[in-house]
Amino acid sequence: MARILSLAEAVAENVKDGDTVAMEGFTHLIPYAAGHEVIRQGRKDLFLVRMTPDILYDQLIGVGAARGMKFSWGGNPGVGSLHRFRDAVENQWPRPLEIEEHSHAAMANAYEAGAANLPFATLRGYIGADLPKVNANIKQVTCPFTGEVLAAVPAIRPDVTIIHAQRADRKGNVLLEGIVGVQKEAVLAAKRSIVTVEEIVDELNPPSPNSVVLPTWAVTAVVHVPGGAFPSYAHGYYPRSNAFYIAWDEIARDRETFTAWIKENVLDAKPEDFARHAAKSAKAA
Amino acid sequence: MTDFTPTEMMTIAAARALSNDDVCFVGIGAPSAACNVARLTHAPDITLIYESGTVGTKPDVLPLSIGDGELCDTALFTVSVPEMFRYWLQGGRITTGFLGGAQIDRFANLNTTVVGPYDHPKVRLPGGGGAPEIASNCGRIFITMALSKRGFVEKLPFITSMGHGEGGNHRERLGMKTKGPTRVITDLCILEPDPETKELTVVSIHHGVTREQIVENCGWAIKFADTVIETPVPTETELAVLRDINARTKKAHQGTEKGKEAA
Repeated sequence: MARILSLAEAVAENVKDGDTVAMEGFTHLIPYAAGHEVIRQGRKDLFLVRMTPDILYDQLIGVGAARGMKFSWGGNPGVGSLHRFRDAVENQWPRPLEIEEHSHAAMANAYEAGAANLPFATLRGYIGADLPKVNANIKQVTCPFTGEVLAAVPAIRPDVTIIHAQRADRKGNVLLEGIVGVQKEAVLAAKRSIVTVEEIVDELNPPSPNSVVLPTWAVTAVVHVPGGAFPSYAHGYYPRSNAFYIAWDEIARDRETFTAWIKENVLDAKPEDFARHAAKSAKAA
Repeated sequence: MTDFTPTEMMTIAAARALSNDDVCFVGIGAPSAACNVARLTHAPDITLIYESGTVGTKPDVLPLSIGDGELCDTALFTVSVPEMFRYWLQGGRITTGFLGGAQIDRFANLNTTVVGPYDHPKVRLPGGGGAPEIASNCGRIFITMALSKRGFVEKLPFITSMGHGEGGNHRERLGMKTKGPTRVITDLCILEPDPETKELTVVSIHHGVTREQIVENCGWAIKFADTVIETPVPTETELAVLRDINARTKKAHQGTEKGKEAA
């Protein structure tokens, strides 16, 4: 059964130094507030996993919390580079970053394999591409029925997966809708999971039978953090702040402005600060 | 004739490559602009798919990311990312993939991974994302990129997604049944692979552009087809639609938010 905890408790209990951590969200519902708590608690040597590491992982890499990262596309969508990620790969600042790089198709399949308790995933992938030459975790298998040679990648099995969702009920059942990404698979693949939510309600009242529901017994901790996906968004609650994604380019370009931003907005801040983003957008809508 | 920029010509020429029956996997940036101009002009029923899982989407402004809320709000349906890549892309249900890249070679292989050696890159780019499998699993691929010596290179440092590999029947030899890149649309001209060698060849030159300009802006000794036509200039309607959507997009993505406000 999921326990309903504060963000500080949930992170302290479930994220350990050295863990393999997946914070998922395919553009939508990215768990920014939880990521900031991980930074505040000073976790180190994390191996980060995520299909589309964007600003949140740029922040974790920039503060030196990560020893490595498994990913398939590392940029600021529609804006350009992740400067902290680039600085780590190109100049080893603030520390070297081991990278394991895949394609989206392979990562999505690898999460599914993890959720299905399989050791590996197979796909018709990477044909003619160079990634298999630089990633020893991309191998080939031969179909025992047709003889076709397919790509194989190991299942993703995080120690902990962290996601953000629209709401949970008081028992800890969680509902997500809109662009649901790979979050369900990432939670089911992990040993432990933390879900931050916009609201905790008496009844989930799913407005659509296609909503994704993660039952309380498949989740470790649920935390109420309104606005916790900002500058990403929560469908039905507040929109994506494309202006912030654009602004991040300048903040992250320079080590000093980045460090000052982290101090003011992460180290000296608290989860409740995210609530103003939800409130502001609700008024504007 | 109305004035237009080379980028506008590129986007409109790319839009024209699409038809109403296409089911199109759309990349962010120039491909997204081209696909939506096609939808708002000659191909109103085109199916646009973004890798975030949105199928049949009809955005009013161009998304900044592949998962903007606008895409989901206007989609026919939205699926999980594993389903998108397994059932729809690998399942062979997408006719056309639309890609861009940092670098391309004469056989339309693309690099969006690194410049320099992989382990010690001079420039670390975002990486492949969906492109490796989009390139092999969509029925055909269109590519749109501005023509420049930095982008159109003799040899790629890294092949993120395969186009025609080493040319000829390389795709078939690897077991691929899809056509691969069939057209590359630039700001100066349109290229198509030679039917035999698969080397990219200029087939259409945009209005006011010279052969010399094309040669000077390409990093390899670029070839011209026996018959080269002039790309029809943008119509008033095409330009108006493109400028409208660009203006709406600019307004939508500008904000008063400063970084320090966000925590």
